[in-house]
Amino acid sequence: MSTSARSSATTSSQPRSRRRIRLRISDITGIAGLLVIACLVLAAIFAPQLTSFDPELVDFNKFLQPPGTDGHILGTDTLGRDVLTRIVFGSRVTLIVGFLSVVFSALFGCTLGLIAGYFGGWLDILITRITDIQLSFPFILLALTISALFGDGLWNVTLSLAIAGWPVYVRVVRGGVLTVKEREFTTAAKSLGSGSGRILLRHILPNVIGSIVVVATLQVSQFIIAEATVSFLGFGVQPPTPAWGTMLSEGRTYLYVAWWVTVFPGLALVLTALSMNLIGDWLRDRLDPTLQN
Amino acid sequence: MFRFFVSRLLQALLAIFVAVSVVFVLTRVTGDPVLLFLPQDVAPRDIEEFRQRLGFDRPVYEQYLRFLWDALQGDFGMSLRFREPAFNLVLARVPNTLRLGLCALIVTALLSIPLGIVAAVHRGKFIDRLVITIVSIGQAVPGFWLGLILIWMFSVRLGWLPTSGRGEGAEAWKHYILPTLTLTAFSASRIARVTRTSILEVLRLDYIRTANSKGLAPAKVLSKHVLKNASIPIITVFGLDAGALLGGAVVAETIFAWPGMGRYLVDALLSRDFPIVIVGVLLTSALYLSINLIVDVAYAWLDPRIKVA
Repeated sequence: MSTSARSSATTSSQPRSRRRIRLRISDITGIAGLLVIACLVLAAIFAPQLTSFDPELVDFNKFLQPPGTDGHILGTDTLGRDVLTRIVFGSRVTLIVGFLSVVFSALFGCTLGLIAGYFGGWLDILITRITDIQLSFPFILLALTISALFGDGLWNVTLSLAIAGWPVYVRVVRGGVLTVKEREFTTAAKSLGSGSGRILLRHILPNVIGSIVVVATLQVSQFIIAEATVSFLGFGVQPPTPAWGTMLSEGRTYLYVAWWVTVFPGLALVLTALSMNLIGDWLRDRLDPTLQN
Repeated sequence: MFRFFVSRLLQALLAIFVAVSVVFVLTRVTGDPVLLFLPQDVAPRDIEEFRQRLGFDRPVYEQYLRFLWDALQGDFGMSLRFREPAFNLVLARVPNTLRLGLCALIVTALLSIPLGIVAAVHRGKFIDRLVITIVSIGQAVPGFWLGLILIWMFSVRLGWLPTSGRGEGAEAWKHYILPTLTLTAFSASRIARVTRTSILEVLRLDYIRTANSKGLAPAKVLSKHVLKNASIPIITVFGLDAGALLGGAVVAETIFAWPGMGRYLVDALLSRDFPIVIVGVLLTSALYLSINLIVDVAYAWLDPRIKVA
């Protein structure tokens, strides 16, 4: 039965078949991205089991060994530490900062967006103004300045990114709220006596959650790169903690003699950001046709 | 039109004021930098004197009001490191940032828009897939890593191009190539993608079918009918990126030791030279916002529908 329903839907309009082909491509790339991220999460969790080297053990007898020597698949860095091990352990910083800062910025931005869109009035004007002001600065400059002034460390970068990144959600959520606020199911809920909180959480939020998830996924990729950039420039996560950005800033000095210290952590970064972008594009096709690029 | 311009200008000024104020308060709240600029074995009394001389012993609101008062008269304080007026120090770096940004802007335009057009016209074919792949990777590559890889390839291995600085004389153009490429990669990818999508959107429309069916040459349809109507989203993203390219080349400047404003700001942040930080934020945001303002106005001029909003 479901087959006939589907075939009638397919034949009803011609562009439908073309769309299905396009969707399949983004499905494949999206799932591939998801698999990469899943592997990364597993690697981060089981890092100590995956490698026999210590990510922070300094051994000057083995410094800057090229890939493949003595079981160091990706070589060693200037202090004789295994590059692969440090990449695996470094994924912890990448994932923690990347996801946590997005969660914080989404929670904050969505709350403000819901309030601005639903209640309107001076609250709306105030929130929109602040959002506009913050959106008129380049993101990376904001993130860099805030985290430089907050001081070093994993939690400070997380917080800085969240502070620099929330306005996007206000835009998306507020716009979504404005379109569903006057729809029948909302007015019906209101006339049945539902309170504002219930209407917001049960009736309005589900309608904008798709866009939020898409924006958040793409933001994870942006934040992962931003964290690495901030740490690379000397703020944020500090050595000897293994993190991709700090590995790159240490490797930079030895670019002339040891390319592997710079190349591999960067490749890990590109692969992670690319995977998150592919997942984001996939989710956009699936969850939110209005955002279709 | 005039009212639109004035309201945008006021908004931009407000944004700059808020940014500078927030940065000022943050610099004061996160601890004073006095100890960083004095030798380790200095006597506590001298520290106190130094602090008093710089005004760091006063309450924050008082420091803020004094700063605003001085700033209104064009005095942004002395650099803590160089003992020279901070404003002039930063201002002297602006031309270098603009030079590099302009190069990047031109290369971005020359690269991204043709790529996007080619991909859209050959939708679904090999060349389209190739462009999409390149563009997706381009959007995922961190600028600072790309810069390092370019240095490794073209300076270290091949020895073709210099690694850093701005250069002098006839060879100076060589110093522009790698920083420009580093800056270009992300925005060129993004603009190529937007170009492709907006052209595809226009290609679907009825008047394009009409133009095609009345026998117009495909090249003419593309140049006369498609590009014109697809240009608005392209200009939007272009304007956004123009601001970022001209105003915030922090990363590329740092990697290539380019004597511009972005690198100066990073150095000042690292050494907690607060007057420089504040002027850096002020000038960067002023540059960024003026470019956005120009884009907004150009935009309202191109598309009369926008003026209403």
